[in-house]
Amino acid sequence: MTLMTQQERLRGELESLVAQYGTARNALMPILQEVQRKYYRIDDYAIQVIADLLDIHPVEVHSVVSFYSFLDFKPKGRFVVRLCQTLCCEMADKDRVARQLSNDLGIEFGQTTPDGKFTLEYANCIGMCDQGPALLVNDKVHTRVTPEMVNQIIESCRQVFGLHATQPMEH
Amino acid sequence: MITSTCKNLTFATIEAGAGLKRALELGQAGIIREVTDSGIKGRGGAGFPSGVKWNLCAAAKDPQKYIVCNADEGEPGTFKDRIILTTYAGLVFEGMTIAAAAVNAPKGILYLRGEYTYLREQLEAELQALRDDGKLGENACGKKGFTFDIEIRMGSGAYVCGEETALIESLEGHRGEPRNRPPYPVNTGFDGHPTAVNNVETLAWISCILNKGSDWFRQHGTEKSTGLKLFSVSGDCDMPGVYELPLGITVDQLLAEVGGSNAKAVQIGGASGRCVPGSQFDRKIAYEDIPTGGSVIVFGPGRDMLDVAQNFLEFMVEESCGQCTPCRYGNPTLLEGVEMLRNGRCSAGYLKELVSLGESVQISSKCGLGQSSANAFLSIIEHFKEEIMGRTVDAV
Repeated sequence: MTLMTQQERLRGELESLVAQYGTARNALMPILQEVQRKYYRIDDYAIQVIADLLDIHPVEVHSVVSFYSFLDFKPKGRFVVRLCQTLCCEMADKDRVARQLSNDLGIEFGQTTPDGKFTLEYANCIGMCDQGPALLVNDKVHTRVTPEMVNQIIESCRQVFGLHATQPMEH
Repeated sequence: MITSTCKNLTFATIEAGAGLKRALELGQAGIIREVTDSGIKGRGGAGFPSGVKWNLCAAAKDPQKYIVCNADEGEPGTFKDRIILTTYAGLVFEGMTIAAAAVNAPKGILYLRGEYTYLREQLEAELQALRDDGKLGENACGKKGFTFDIEIRMGSGAYVCGEETALIESLEGHRGEPRNRPPYPVNTGFDGHPTAVNNVETLAWISCILNKGSDWFRQHGTEKSTGLKLFSVSGDCDMPGVYELPLGITVDQLLAEVGGSNAKAVQIGGASGRCVPGSQFDRKIAYEDIPTGGSVIVFGPGRDMLDVAQNFLEFMVEESCGQCTPCRYGNPTLLEGVEMLRNGRCSAGYLKELVSLGESVQISSKCGLGQSSANAFLSIIEHFKEEIMGRTVDAV
């Protein structure tokens, strides 16, 4: 048995993604989206390998990652909480939900908890305007969120980690 | 699944597959004639006649063509496409297949916004069911030589990708920066091939039109804005949700329908739309008067309109792709102006300058986002000067 470094593992994964989506430039977004989903970030190494495999300059990949708000260079938490900040949710008092999220997670918006479990962000309109305030936890949507509900939403995420988990778990 | 209130939608009464069946009997020219006769214009908000679009795409000489369904519903206050994709996705896929038959495209792509990832699994399952049923794939719908399949591609959280050329850039693996038009996607679209980009709702209506006939569609709406339209209603009203109403309805009528009659203003068309004050509630919601992709946000008597202007400008500042200067620099400057107004530190002269800047942004920006980014600000300044100028309280 040989030990694989994390980079070797990532490279293998990227190669199989490229095998799946192809080497055309139009395969870039699905590949990046997969990497983000699995690794909670797209780091320099991944950017270089993807660029090599698609035969484009790494700056091309970098520029795409920098453009989209759901793609990140910095590691995101296992759970990304995105509170809608656009008008209808704002009118439905999203500020109180924001305050409670910040209190319960112990971080400000734009930050990730030190244990890497949660990232707190704002999102622009998530299409739940008639049911605000609304937020996404990864791909799951919560509507008519009250400050009281925040704790429950976060606790249901925490259960995934188990009592003594020190590492974010794989999907 | 979280559902919104929506009652009595035509989509619920449409027999699956009937429109497509008739379309395949009509053939290319027949479909395009039917869609053109219906007068349907793009339901995403830009209002380009769908029949003309398909005709141009059909006329383009290239064996590789694409049908793209724009499901990047990002306009603040809009959620009708979410409802359609949740409950009536079959009509959308049917509409895409009709489009494919009309322009002779072998491939369709549904570009779904990243925020709606939770819809993907169900949509993939519906596509698979259509494939298993022979409705998609080679010799689709039992028609020899008709090949069509649909792939779902995801967005990654960029409002500007709802603009059709930015959407195509994103599909191609680039930053979602809009292109100059012309060339239009119907000639030079995805990977350089002719591409018809249609909104989710447009495609669903086209399935209905092929089923019930263009005359049925024309019975509703006005001469220039034919047919029915879905409205996403939110804000200060008793019954927010999705409403199916004929185009040409007045703001007053709509407000009565949704229980928002005491509104002081209504934002029609989202962040890129316009704010309509109470004195103009007799105006029509139609392409020839107040155009909209269907976003209606109601403001009750207690709302501060400067908050509205600020929220929309913050939205535009964040979502501007940054490619062209008027939008990139203009909107932050307008936002600073809102701050000054909020603090009661904006002279009438400077306010005039801001309005003039907003107008420059409208005429000199490259894409639809930039051109409409100052709309909300300008209409609020125009109609609510009284409440905006000379503030004495520092709100912040």
